[in-house]
Amino acid sequence: MAFTPRIGVYICHCGINIAATVDVAQVTEFAARLPEVTVARDYTYMCSEPGQALIKNDIAELSLNRIVVASCSPLMHEPTFRATVAEAGLNPYCFEMANIREQCSWVHPGGTSTTRKAMQLVASAVAKARRLQPLEVRQVPVTPAALVIGAGVAGMQAALDIAEAGFQVVLVEQAPHLGGHASKLYRTFPTLESAVDLVNHLVDRVLSHPGITVKTDSEVKEVGGYVGNFRVRVLTGSQEIEVQVGAVVVATGFEIFDAHRKPEFGYGVYPQVITTLDFERLVGNQIQIDGREPEKVVFIQCVGSRDQSLGNPYCSRVCCMVTAKQAQLVRERLPNAQIQIFYMDVRAYGKGFESFYDRTREQGVIYRRGNPSEIIRRGNRVVVRAEDTLLGELIEVVADLVVLAVGMVPRADSETTAALLKLARSSDGFFLEAHPKLRPVDTAMAGVFLAGCCQGPKDIAESIAQARAAATAAMIPLMQGQVQVEAATSFIDEDLCAGCGQCAQVCPFSALSMHPVRAVMSVNPVLCQGCGACAVTCPSGAINVHHFTFDQFILQIEALSNMSTHPLPVSEVETMTVMEHP
Amino acid sequence: MLQIESRQFVQEHGLFACIQCGKCTGGCPMAVKTKLNPRDLIYRLLVAGNGYDIEGREELWDCTTCATCYSRCPKLVNPMEAVIALRSAFVEKGRVHPNVKTALESTFRYGNPLSMPREDRGAWVGDLQLKSFGEGTEYLYFVGCTPSYDPQAQKVARALVRLLDSAGVEFGILGDRESCCGSETRRLGELGLFEMMVEENQDLFSSMGISKIFTTSPHCFNAFKNDYPKNGRQVQHYTQLLADLVETGALHFMGEYNKVVTYHDPCYLGKHNGIFDEPRSVLKSIPGLELIEMDRSREKSLCCEGGGGRMWLEGTNPGTRLAQSRVKEALDTGAEILATACPFCLLTLEEAVKYLNVEDRLNVMDIAEIAVQAL
Repeated sequence: MAFTPRIGVYICHCGINIAATVDVAQVTEFAARLPEVTVARDYTYMCSEPGQALIKNDIAELSLNRIVVASCSPLMHEPTFRATVAEAGLNPYCFEMANIREQCSWVHPGGTSTTRKAMQLVASAVAKARRLQPLEVRQVPVTPAALVIGAGVAGMQAALDIAEAGFQVVLVEQAPHLGGHASKLYRTFPTLESAVDLVNHLVDRVLSHPGITVKTDSEVKEVGGYVGNFRVRVLTGSQEIEVQVGAVVVATGFEIFDAHRKPEFGYGVYPQVITTLDFERLVGNQIQIDGREPEKVVFIQCVGSRDQSLGNPYCSRVCCMVTAKQAQLVRERLPNAQIQIFYMDVRAYGKGFESFYDRTREQGVIYRRGNPSEIIRRGNRVVVRAEDTLLGELIEVVADLVVLAVGMVPRADSETTAALLKLARSSDGFFLEAHPKLRPVDTAMAGVFLAGCCQGPKDIAESIAQARAAATAAMIPLMQGQVQVEAATSFIDEDLCAGCGQCAQVCPFSALSMHPVRAVMSVNPVLCQGCGACAVTCPSGAINVHHFTFDQFILQIEALSNMSTHPLPVSEVETMTVMEHP
Repeated sequence: MLQIESRQFVQEHGLFACIQCGKCTGGCPMAVKTKLNPRDLIYRLLVAGNGYDIEGREELWDCTTCATCYSRCPKLVNPMEAVIALRSAFVEKGRVHPNVKTALESTFRYGNPLSMPREDRGAWVGDLQLKSFGEGTEYLYFVGCTPSYDPQAQKVARALVRLLDSAGVEFGILGDRESCCGSETRRLGELGLFEMMVEENQDLFSSMGISKIFTTSPHCFNAFKNDYPKNGRQVQHYTQLLADLVETGALHFMGEYNKVVTYHDPCYLGKHNGIFDEPRSVLKSIPGLELIEMDRSREKSLCCEGGGGRMWLEGTNPGTRLAQSRVKEALDTGAEILATACPFCLLTLEEAVKYLNVEDRLNVMDIAEIAVQAL
């Protein structure tokens, strides 16, 4: 017996989001008359419990086998409704969505033409639904191991947590030793603990952990595969090795802002002008410039941060407290030194930070509000020229030592790393999280997570916190043991395929290869992510993507452009203006 | 009362972006010696509500438009342009210093702010063999007002002609058809007149098929490059052209110039346009010349106080002059020659040398004048 689609169409009001501009009753009436539609209904919120129950009920009672919901973007609720139909016993791919909110009700003024557009979108979705095929949802086993890239505090902490949970970890570090930037610090804020002790504690634990394989002097060269099964090529020394992991934590860190880019401060010209990082080295021994202890010390905040002229518009978050810490260290070593800090705003936002700032001032450190404009030479001292904005006066402060509080910038190799892992970057150049609030350690790539300053400036405590979050997130697929793979993959009509291999060249996931015997291309459905690049590239039209076949598309387009069934009067086409989003 | 619609003004000039950090004022060479305080000015405009009185704010005329403020602003605010816009409010009411009035009227009538007759504009050529722009001339040499009329600056133009001839550059001038570029007109706030001059110059350049221009003055160069509407014309300052010619070997020096030279970066070449290296590379290519740097060089160069219309205005504190400070800085280096590449800098620095009575120790010269001695 031939298969007959029995389609249920559900039009959502989305409260008034859709119903205010689209005549949902009319759309429902229209949908009910479309071919092979068994039932059409409208409801206030299709995504609500009763809305979903409506669909499940109809599937059972009316023997529906294809479902169309006309509501919001599939990004919002496709997973919801796929689950709904699956609960009612249908294959989740027997579901299609028409976006009549973002693509219709929100962007048009309402009236007949808006309702007509909603009808066309519904007709198009129904046309596709008539040809929908059930697809097999497959699970593949996960490699119970993780790769952590970068062995600063964030990378080391993430590696430790994952290894503690019982999974193997490969920790790859470009430098010859572990520890990252934190190992170059002398003390940490706001507790004045030794940074070396803190870092060494982590290093020791990492090195002695049986679950962690440390690869220093190493670089990740290639990342293939997908969540659950990544194949990673690592260049370690002169040798290239391959590791298989289920998840990846990116903890590649940052670079220090190059103070030479602020020529007005004369870094590299005047020996008296150093950076906060230089100061950490200096304070480990003796605070001296040209063999002399400075009597007058000036700190300048926000060097290279909050500075759009350099393309670094963001606050580097740590510099306020680094400077406060260093001022305290100067006071401790040189009780009689005059210490002044130039600031724009003091951001003492963290736990214990405000009292640390208070203590700094109580020790006789003077905060002067103003962003110094330049440093010039005067004898064997330098002069910081600034406006004290609270006095409203131009001042010249003589100094024996000027410390520039340099901020954090994305690593120079960020672009390469991003390309390697298909990571997005935010406008400031740091790696972009999947959602700023809800998914702060995830990336757009399933199975790849972010920790530490590669995602944006952070202090040690925040880096550790994010590392532990990323480790936890990475452990989810590892602990599940299986991951679901995309069912909407591409497939090849071997009668049409000439084996030219152009598809393999465009495939970003290396999912296509020449069949060794049949001389046609074949798809590895586990690697394929269903992007469709191969289908549009194939000169013979031999490749289709399941759930997005050319047949389905053509029917959808025909439904959209079929003017005889849904004519749009010319006058209304012209008045169908696009409004700005409220 | 001279009310500014401050709400609209701060919007148009992007002043809401200001975070009152004071970087502009901290580096402002005029804030040291006058009431001009760009940060304070912006704050007052921000908090004024809708109406700010600029009556009596004479310090607005102190600004030399040296670009230190905006080139360092972390929020890309441009206090310099705000000052120019406030000046235009005075100009609109006709309430400007008599000198400014004279300069602007002269620009309108004679095509130069110096009250010199238009027909004498080409007189500086003298006995030099020099083409008018036309067939077979690749470049237009836009001489500019000061080098056309001022006897000191004329020497620069004449030196430049000899240098370019020796390098085989095909160029011509406009003679008495050349009119002021309008740079100073704009900076004095006479925006209407400036627009008219832009239109006339653009029409002239287009009708003559001019596609490549070089200028004596960084001010003309900056006006054509940044103030005129984009037109596809290549504009260079002459030091860029010379640097290219030295690089390709078309210009080489047979002679020597055995002197210690320090170079003063003109604001409109350096801070405004980032041209720091080309003038230096020309100087370094001269055999025998030793180039030493002042502490304040390149981005930190101190303004000579000749820009922004200040060639015709004494300012509110004529007692101390930046050019004099600059000459002292040059003396500190031990150099015998203070080189520059701008007619305004040349004149202000030379005057300072005379005032300080150090003519026996320091000579102010344009790069072209130095280079021509080593041909």
